[in-house]
Amino acid sequence: MHPLMQAFRAQQTAEREEQALASLAAPDSAAPAGVTRRGVLAAGAAGGLVVAVGGWLPQAAQAAGPGPGQGAEGGAARAAFAPNQFVSVGTDNLVTIVNKHHEMGEGNTTGLATLVADELDADWSLVRTEYAASDVKRYANLAFGMQGTGGSSAIANSYLQYRTAGATARAMLVAAAAEAWKVPAAEVRASNSVLTHPSGRRATYGQMAAAAARQKPPANPVLKTPAQFTLMGHDGATPRVDSPSKCTGTAVYTGDVKLPGLLTAVIAFPPSFGAKMVSFDATAAKRVRGVTDVVAVPEGVAVVAKSTWAAIQGRRALQVQWDETPGATLDSEALLAQYRELATQPGTPFNRPEPAAGQPAAAVAKTVEAVYEFPFLAHAPMEPQGCVAWLHDGQLETWAGHQFPTFDHQFAAKAAGLPMDKVKLHSLVSGGSFGRRANAWSDFTVAAVNVAVAIRGRAPVRLQYTREDDMSAGLYRPMMVHAVKVGLDDAGRVASWKHAIVGQSIMAGTPMAMMIKDGVDPTSVEGVHPSVYDLPMLDGQLHSPVQPIRPLWWRSVGNTHTAYVMETMMDRLAQAAGQDPLAFRLALLEKNPRAVGVLRLVAEKAGWGKAMPAGSAQGIAVHECFGSTVAQVAEVTLRDGKVRVDRVHCAVDCGVAVNPDVIRAQMEGCIGFALGALYYSEVELKAGRPLQRNFDGYKSLRIYEMPAIDVHIVPSTAAPTGVGEPGVPPLGPAVANAIVRAGGPTITRLPFARAGIVQA
Amino acid sequence: MTTVSLNVNGRAHRVEADADTPLLWVIRDDIGLTGTKFGCGVAQCGACTVHVDGQPARSCVTPASAVAGRKVTTIEGLQSKAARAVQKAWIDHDVVQCGYCQSGQIMSATALLEQNARPSDEDIDHAMSGNICRCATYVRIRAAIHAAARQLAA
Repeated sequence: MHPLMQAFRAQQTAEREEQALASLAAPDSAAPAGVTRRGVLAAGAAGGLVVAVGGWLPQAAQAAGPGPGQGAEGGAARAAFAPNQFVSVGTDNLVTIVNKHHEMGEGNTTGLATLVADELDADWSLVRTEYAASDVKRYANLAFGMQGTGGSSAIANSYLQYRTAGATARAMLVAAAAEAWKVPAAEVRASNSVLTHPSGRRATYGQMAAAAARQKPPANPVLKTPAQFTLMGHDGATPRVDSPSKCTGTAVYTGDVKLPGLLTAVIAFPPSFGAKMVSFDATAAKRVRGVTDVVAVPEGVAVVAKSTWAAIQGRRALQVQWDETPGATLDSEALLAQYRELATQPGTPFNRPEPAAGQPAAAVAKTVEAVYEFPFLAHAPMEPQGCVAWLHDGQLETWAGHQFPTFDHQFAAKAAGLPMDKVKLHSLVSGGSFGRRANAWSDFTVAAVNVAVAIRGRAPVRLQYTREDDMSAGLYRPMMVHAVKVGLDDAGRVASWKHAIVGQSIMAGTPMAMMIKDGVDPTSVEGVHPSVYDLPMLDGQLHSPVQPIRPLWWRSVGNTHTAYVMETMMDRLAQAAGQDPLAFRLALLEKNPRAVGVLRLVAEKAGWGKAMPAGSAQGIAVHECFGSTVAQVAEVTLRDGKVRVDRVHCAVDCGVAVNPDVIRAQMEGCIGFALGALYYSEVELKAGRPLQRNFDGYKSLRIYEMPAIDVHIVPSTAAPTGVGEPGVPPLGPAVANAIVRAGGPTITRLPFARAGIVQA
Repeated sequence: MTTVSLNVNGRAHRVEADADTPLLWVIRDDIGLTGTKFGCGVAQCGACTVHVDGQPARSCVTPASAVAGRKVTTIEGLQSKAARAVQKAWIDHDVVQCGYCQSGQIMSATALLEQNARPSDEDIDHAMSGNICRCATYVRIRAAIHAAARQLAA
C-alpha cells in the first residue's frame, strides 16, 4: 500500500467523518485577524480561475476567461453567503466551489464540485469552480496532512469533507427560508438551486443567500443516502467543468500568464547528472536581440529575455564550461549490470517467510525463476515545466501548476528569503503531471524564484523549460531490477517465493523519508508486499542503491514495476502448474473478495477462455493500489512478429462511483499511458547524459496504437478510492501475458521495443 | 530583425522578429494568442498545430516569414461549421483531461473534416497521428470526430 495511503487508512470511517466536520472552518474563525472570511474568499478569487460550466458558448468563454490578477466574474467576488472555505453562493445565484486540489487532467475539479453540488442540491449549470490559495490549515489533503495532490487521493480524502460543506450550506439556506416564510424547516424543499414551500413560496439560492449567511451552521448536517444522490453516480449529470475552456484555448496554463513587463527565462542546465559549472561567457548571448540578462543561478545559467524565442536563442549563443567528471561513469547499461549482481546478494528484508504452523515446508517439485529489468522513465507531461515568479513590494507571487503547494510555498519563500506570509501562490491547471510536478525539491518553482531574485525583482519572470530541459531533469521513475524464484509443490501450489528488488528509494533524502521503516521504502516494494495475494511464504530482500539522479514517483509509483513482475509470474506459475491463469489466481485470492470480484467481472465481460482468431490471444492481470482494485483482459494480435493490442476490458472497484464517466476516462487514459511506456519508454544514460530528450527518442503512444477499451465499474457503496493511477499497473502484464499466449516471446526487459516486437 | 507581416484569424499584424522565429512564438509572445501550445519544439507532438491556408501546420517549426501573405488560423479564430461541430463533439464526449494538447487536436480534427466529411478510422489515424496526447484521450478523440462528421452530415 502507498505509505500516504497508510496514513489515510488510519483516518477512515467515523474518525474521518468527525474530521471532515471539524475541517470546515466556522464562519470567520479561521481567517487571519482583521480579515473577514468573505474578504479572504474574494481575495482568493482575484487571480484565481473561474471555469464556466454553463452552456456551450465559446465566444462567451473567450470573453469571460479571466487572466491572472484580474478579478473573477461573479462567483465568490459577490459571494453573499460563504459558510465555509469550500463553497459560496452569490446574489447572482451562482455557486462557487473551491478546489483544494491540483487539476492536471484527472477530473478532480468536476468531482469535488459534484460532491458539494449534490449535497447542496445546486443546479449544475450554475456551478463555478476555482482553485484554492496555498493554505495548509484550510486546504490540507486529509490523507497527507499537507496541501497537495497525489496518490489518487483527491476524491477519497475529500468525500465527506466536501459533501459536508455542501450539506451545511443547504441546511442554512433551508433555515433562512423557514425563518423568512415562518414555516417549519422540514417543510422547505431545496432542489436545483431553488427553495420552495407547499404554500407556493419560492426563492432562488441567490435570493436567500444573504439571509442564509445570518443562520447558525448546523452542528451535524445530515448527509444524503446514496439513494438520494442526484448527481453522484449519475451518468451525464456532471459534464466536466473544464471542457469548454480547454476546447477553446482559453484555459490558462503557466505559459499563458500575462503580467505587465513579463520576461521569459530559460536556464542552461548541467548537461549531465552531477555536472558543475566552471565558468560562462555571456558575450554572445547578450548580443541576441531581446536578451536582457544572463545570470548565474544555483540551477545553472539563466538567460532572460523579452520573448521566449530570444531567451532560447540567447541560451544557444551562451558559452558555458561544465565539469562533467562527477557523472562521467554514469551509464544505464553498467548500472543495470550492477543491479542484476546486487539482486543475487542478501539485502534488507521486506518480508520474512512464515513457516506453515506445525507443518514441514512443502516440498518443491518445480521452480520458476526470472530476472526483470525496468528502465528509467520520464513523465513527459504535454506541458513542459514552468513557473512565473514576481518579486514586488516586499512579497513574492508565483503562478504555476503547484501540485504540492505546501512544499512549493515553503521552498519558494526560502529561495526568496521571505517569510511564508509574504509569498502567494496562484495554482493553475497544468498540462499533465503523472507525478512530475509533485516533488520534494519544488524544482521548477524554486528555479523561477532564483531567477527572479537574480534579476532583483526588476520584472515578473516566467521560467520556461523546453522539452529537452524537462526530460533531462532527472526525477525519473528509478531503474529497477527484480529477481524472483518461486517453488511449486507437486499439486501446483506455491511452496516458496524468493523475491529480490533493486532500485533507488523514492522517499530517501526527502521530507517523506520517515515513511522508510527498518530500511524499507514501502514505495519500492508495494505490489509485491503487500500484494493482492496471500503469500505468507514470501522471502523479500530489498537493495536501495543511491545514485546522483533524483528518483520520483511516476503514475502508480512502485506498482509500475511490481505489478508487471507479480502478474507475469502468476501466468508463468499457472503454466508450470498446468492451470488456467484465472483459476490459478483465484485460488490465491480467497482473502481478497474485491480482487476476486474484478477478476470475475472482467473475465465475464471479456468472455475469458473464448476461442480467438489465429495469432490472437487474451491475457489477464489484476492489481490493487491506492485502495482501488483493477483487473484487465488485453486482447492482442501478433502479425509478422509485431504486436497490436486490439482491445482492453477493464473492471474497476473504486468504491462509490462519484463521476462514472471520469472513472471511465481515467481507466482509458491509464491504459494508453501505460501502453506507450510498455512499448517505448526509457531514458538511457551515457557518460551521465540522458540520451532521450524529446518525443523523437522518447516515443509516446499515438492514436493508431490505441486499443478499444471497455470499462466496467463494480457497483459499490464503500467509501470512494482513487482512479488516477490504479488503471496503469495491470496493463503491462495483461499485454505481456497475452503475447505469450499468442505464441510470442516472454519479455522481462522493458520497454518492448527492445524485444523487436513493436511496429517501428 | 525584420518586420514580418502576418494575417492571423483574419487580422493583419506587423511584428518585429527575426525571419526564422517560429510562428508559434510570434503567435504567443507577440500577438498574445496563447491557445496554441508549446510542447516539443521539433514537430513531434502537434500541440502547436495551427492552420496555414486551411492546412494543419506545426507552428513550432514554421518560420514566421514563411507565412507572409498566407492566412493563419489558431484555435481562437476557429469559426467554420466543421470547427463548431468538432468543438461541440469534444465537449459532448468530455474528451479533455489535462487539455494541453487539445487545441492542436481540435485544429487537426477540424482540418480533417473540412477536407473529408466522412473520415474512416484509417483517415483519422492518418490525420491525427502527429498529435500526441499523454493523457491518452484517443478513444474519445476518435469518437468525437465520428460524431462531428455525423452532425455535419445531418
